Amino acid sequence: MSLKIKALTKSIWVFHMAASPCNNCDIEILDLLTPRFDIERFGIQLVGSIRHADAVLVTGSINRKVRKRLKRVLAQAAQPCFVIALGNCSCSMEMFGTSYNDNKPLDEITDVHAYIAGCPPKPEAMIQGVVALIQAQLAALKK
Amino acid sequence: MATKSKTQIIPIGPYHPLQEEPEFFKLHVEGEKVVKLEIELGYNHRGIEKLAEGLTYDQIPFLVERICGICSSSHPFASVNAMEDIADVDVPLRAKYIRTFIGELERIHSHLLWLGLAGHFLGYNTVWMWAWKQREPVLDLFELITGNRNHYAMFKPGGVRRDVADEDIPTAMRLLESLEKPVMMFTKIALQDPVLQARLKNVGVLTKEDCVELGALGPTSRASGVPWDVRHDHPYAAYGMVDWDVIVTQNGDVFDKAVVRLLETFESVKICVQCLEKLREVKDGIDAELKEIPPGEGVGHHEAPRGEVFHYARSDGTNRPIRYKVRAPSFMNVPTNHRAVVGYTVSDATITLAAIDPCYCCTERMLVVDANSGKQVMGWKDLLRLSQEKTHRLMEKYNSRMDRIWT
Repeated sequence: MSLKIKALTKSIWVFHMAASPCNNCDIEILDLLTPRFDIERFGIQLVGSIRHADAVLVTGSINRKVRKRLKRVLAQAAQPCFVIALGNCSCSMEMFGTSYNDNKPLDEITDVHAYIAGCPPKPEAMIQGVVALIQAQLAALKK
Repeated sequence: MATKSKTQIIPIGPYHPLQEEPEFFKLHVEGEKVVKLEIELGYNHRGIEKLAEGLTYDQIPFLVERICGICSSSHPFASVNAMEDIADVDVPLRAKYIRTFIGELERIHSHLLWLGLAGHFLGYNTVWMWAWKQREPVLDLFELITGNRNHYAMFKPGGVRRDVADEDIPTAMRLLESLEKPVMMFTKIALQDPVLQARLKNVGVLTKEDCVELGALGPTSRASGVPWDVRHDHPYAAYGMVDWDVIVTQNGDVFDKAVVRLLETFESVKICVQCLEKLREVKDGIDAELKEIPPGEGVGHHEAPRGEVFHYARSDGTNRPIRYKVRAPSFMNVPTNHRAVVGYTVSDATITLAAIDPCYCCTERMLVVDANSGKQVMGWKDLLRLSQEKTHRLMEKYNSRMDRIWT
């Protein structure tokens, strides 16, 4: 596992999963790929399938209908795969906590490796979050 | 497979690499041709209308802002219009200009965003990268004026929350001027590029009759020759006081929808510049200090980048509405896909589905249906019950947590 994680930190392939968001975090994720931020220079790339992904970015407060699908998608991920809660909604549901549609924060559904708060987080904050995750994993390996 | 029907089903979604939102399409195809389309929504439903009934009028703009991150000034705009309709207040002129400025700035960012995504859907990623590169200055301008790149929190019942500082106006003017050149370039690309012509012309045609029948709104209808625009037909804020044109084209294909959006971007730049010039002179405050919403009902409109947003609020004199209703433009535009996608090839389906600039976050409705009997299970009362149950559950949870803290 440790070798896998070490290899994984070199070039992270990311799968983006929108679980009843407001589109804002999603647009900011796509913004990361465009010329101003251009995260591909760090080897970070969005992929089309969870099976290729090293990390999953989950946005939105997860509602009743999406929850089933979210679990199924996460179960298909090749391990190790890091789960990142992106935005206030998936961290803490923001204003949707009392909704009748049974919204839940991400960490009640699955293990979360990193939280990136903000509504929406700035692209710089997203990059910093991923860097912090990599550094934490490398530090854990050294111990 | 000895079935007589040659129809096959291609599922798209709910988690598809091309879509940034979860939604589910079933394309029924015969060979390459799409013969039927089924759309399934509900993946983004958060119960905003019900949540709005639990919030005060001052809080509601923050909630409706989070219906959608791309039109995050359209919903508050319509929302405050509805509240001011009930209270019958007159908003200061300066606040009107600031509102119009923010609304139009958002249209620029949204149309450039759509152009980029359209390029992405066509597999023409150069357009995507270029359009989004040119969109960044608009987001910078938003950050300068409102403090956030998205979710601006500028609107409040009776005015706006933040003023535009005089020293920011030259910077804003410069950024707006710098936009015209790239947008002109995109327009020329769209009008001349042989790849875009081949992919977009005469694809996903929506006739004028279809638009009227299905009630399509915004650029979707204006590309088919239906000149509906709330800003023009029912002017609010400062739209009656600035000089601009409604862009209408006639063909109704995806190409025309792109052209309408690009030309509208110029109009929006024009409106923004006029508003900024007025902001230098008009200094009559930004807030009408609306203290109370009297009993009654009110309706608010705003022409969002995708079409008309409609908000309805009913007040009983307390500080919260007793009914809040939202209708986003995509709710009207999504059904036009049934006409626009059917009859064309599968390869054109992605761009046609994207051509209405759909926003499923705005559109989501919920209907619980019994799979066996096909009957609707949950009505309004059931939703109310669900809501109460959840409140009880949360209260128990937090009370137990409180107990732990206190003991």
